[in-house]
Amino acid sequence: MDNLYRDFILEHYREPHNRGVLEPNDLHFADSNPTCGDEMTMTLRLDPAGERISDVAFEARGCAISQASASIMTDELRGMSLDEVRGMDPREVIGNLGVPIGPARVKCALLGYKVLQGAVIGAAAQWPDEAEVLDDAGSGGAAP
Amino acid sequence: MAIEEVVPRVLDGAALRADFPVFERPTASGRPLAYLDSASSSQKPRAVIEAVADSYAHHYANVHRGIYELSVDADARFEGARRSLAAFIGAPSHREIVFVRNATEALNLIAYSWGRANCRPGDLIVSTQMEHHANLVPWQQLAAETGATLEYVRLTDDGRLDPDDLNGRLARGPRLVTVSHVSNALGTINPVAEIAGAARAAGAVVVLDAAQSVPHMPVDVAALGVDFAALSGHKMLGPSGIGALWGRRDLLDAMPPFLTGGSMIKRVTLEGTEWNDVPWKFEAGTPAIAEASGLAAAVDYLQGIGMDVVRAHERFLFERTWAALGEISGVRRLGPASADEHAGVISFVVEGIHPHDVATILDQHGVAVRAGHHCAQPVMQRYDLPATTRASFSVYNDLDDVERLVEGIRATQRVFGTA
Repeated sequence: MDNLYRDFILEHYREPHNRGVLEPNDLHFADSNPTCGDEMTMTLRLDPAGERISDVAFEARGCAISQASASIMTDELRGMSLDEVRGMDPREVIGNLGVPIGPARVKCALLGYKVLQGAVIGAAAQWPDEAEVLDDAGSGGAAP
Repeated sequence: MAIEEVVPRVLDGAALRADFPVFERPTASGRPLAYLDSASSSQKPRAVIEAVADSYAHHYANVHRGIYELSVDADARFEGARRSLAAFIGAPSHREIVFVRNATEALNLIAYSWGRANCRPGDLIVSTQMEHHANLVPWQQLAAETGATLEYVRLTDDGRLDPDDLNGRLARGPRLVTVSHVSNALGTINPVAEIAGAARAAGAVVVLDAAQSVPHMPVDVAALGVDFAALSGHKMLGPSGIGALWGRRDLLDAMPPFLTGGSMIKRVTLEGTEWNDVPWKFEAGTPAIAEASGLAAAVDYLQGIGMDVVRAHERFLFERTWAALGEISGVRRLGPASADEHAGVISFVVEGIHPHDVATILDQHGVAVRAGHHCAQPVMQRYDLPATTRASFSVYNDLDDVERLVEGIRATQRVFGTA
C-alpha cells in the first residue's frame, strides 16, 4: 500500500537528476499543475543541427511524484530527436516511475512530460486524457 | 496553550456518524473513514438523502405551475425550503432568498446584475487577499468590464485582514466591499459586523461570502449588517446543486435580472418582457426542486443540534488540533492562533514534504484531507507556498479523527525520513 513512496522515488525527490537552469539554452518553458499550483521550468540545449537534445535541466517546487517523474524522464532525453520527443508516450513516462499511479496523482506524474512537450512545441501542451494514460499504467493510490 | 483554556467537548461527533451512511463505507486502508474535508464539501445525513428521495418519490412536479394537487404540493415544499433557510440565516424575509446553484453563482449574480448596473469607471471595489476564487474572479471581471478599480485588503503574517490597510481603503469611499466570513484556505473568522459597519458608513454595499460560516456557526445576516450574502447547500450537509443568495429587498428589487427565460417573467410579448417579483425574478428555468427539500432537511438537522453547539464543537476540535500540530516538529500552521478568530479549518505545511504527498499518505491511512491551493492562489502567493494541506471539521468529526491526522503526519515524516 505504501509502495508509491519507494526508496528510489524518495531519492529522486531529495536529489533530482538534471536539476537547475541551463543558460544559455535553445528551448525553455514553464507550466503548472492546476490542481496544486506546482510550477516547473525546463530548459534544453540542442545539437548544432538543432535536431537532437544535447542537455536538459528542470527546476520545480513540487511533490515527490512530479519531481521523481521529471528526474527519471530527463535522464532519457539526451540524444533524442525533437520528433522522438513529440512522439513520446505519456503511458511510458508513468510506467517508468515503476509505482502505481492513480487518478489522484496522474497530473503530478505527467507535469514534467507536459512541460517538455510545451518546450518542444513552443506553447502550453494539453494534459493527456487521464482515462487513456491510466489504462496501461495500472491504478492504485487513489479511491476507486 | 494551557490545557485549562480548552473548552469542553459539547457534542459526541463520533456517535453522530451513525446518521451519515458514508461512514459505513470501508476504505482501502482497512480503517474507517476519517473525513477531514468538509470545507470542500460536507457529507450528508440520512435525513437529507431521504428528503431528496422522498421528494422524487412522492412530491415531484414542477414548481410555480400549481394547477393540480401534486404541483401545489411540490411548490409548497419548495417555498417552504425558502422560508426555512431565511429563518436559519436571519433574513428578514423569505422573499430575500434567491435559490441558485451554489455560492459561486450567487456571487456572480451580484457581480453581473448589481455590479454592471451600479459600477462606473473609477469606482473602487474592495476585496481581500484571502478570498476564494469565487469571491475574486467575478470582481476582476466586473472591474475589467466597467472600468472600476479592484483592490485587495492585505493580510497579516498570521492570516488576518490588516485593519489599517482595510481602513485606508474604506476611507477612499468604495462602491462595494466584499469579504469572506471565514477563509476556506486559512480558517480565519473575519470581524464581519465591524467591517460591514465601517464599509457602510463609507457608503459601500457590503457582500459577504458566507459559504464557510453558515454551515459551522450561528449566522444572522441582518445583525451582521451586510447587504448580500452567498452560501452553498453542499457545504452545510445539504445536496449539491443548490445554494442561495440573500440580498436586501430594496437592492434586489432595483436590480436587473441575471439569467432570463421561463419562471422569471410576469408577461412576455414579442416586443418585451415584464420581470417577475423578487426572488423569482432571479430564478430562471426549473430550479433544483428535490435539492431544495434536501437543503431544508439539512437546516432541520443542523438546528436540531444547534448552531451554537456546532460552533463550540468545532472550536474544541480546532483547539485540540492546533495544539497537537504544534507539538510535531517541522509542522507550520497557518492562520490566527486564537480560537476566537479561527474556525474549524486548519491549513498547514510539513517541512520538506509537499502537501500532495502528505495528503496521499494520509489517504493511505484512511484520512481524507485536501491538498493544494484551495481555490485561493493569492493566499498561497502571500505566504510564498505552492500549496498547503488542510484539515476541516464538521459535526461528525471527533478527537479520534484528530488523533489519526496526527498519527498520519508522523507516518508521513517517517516515510520521508524527516522525523
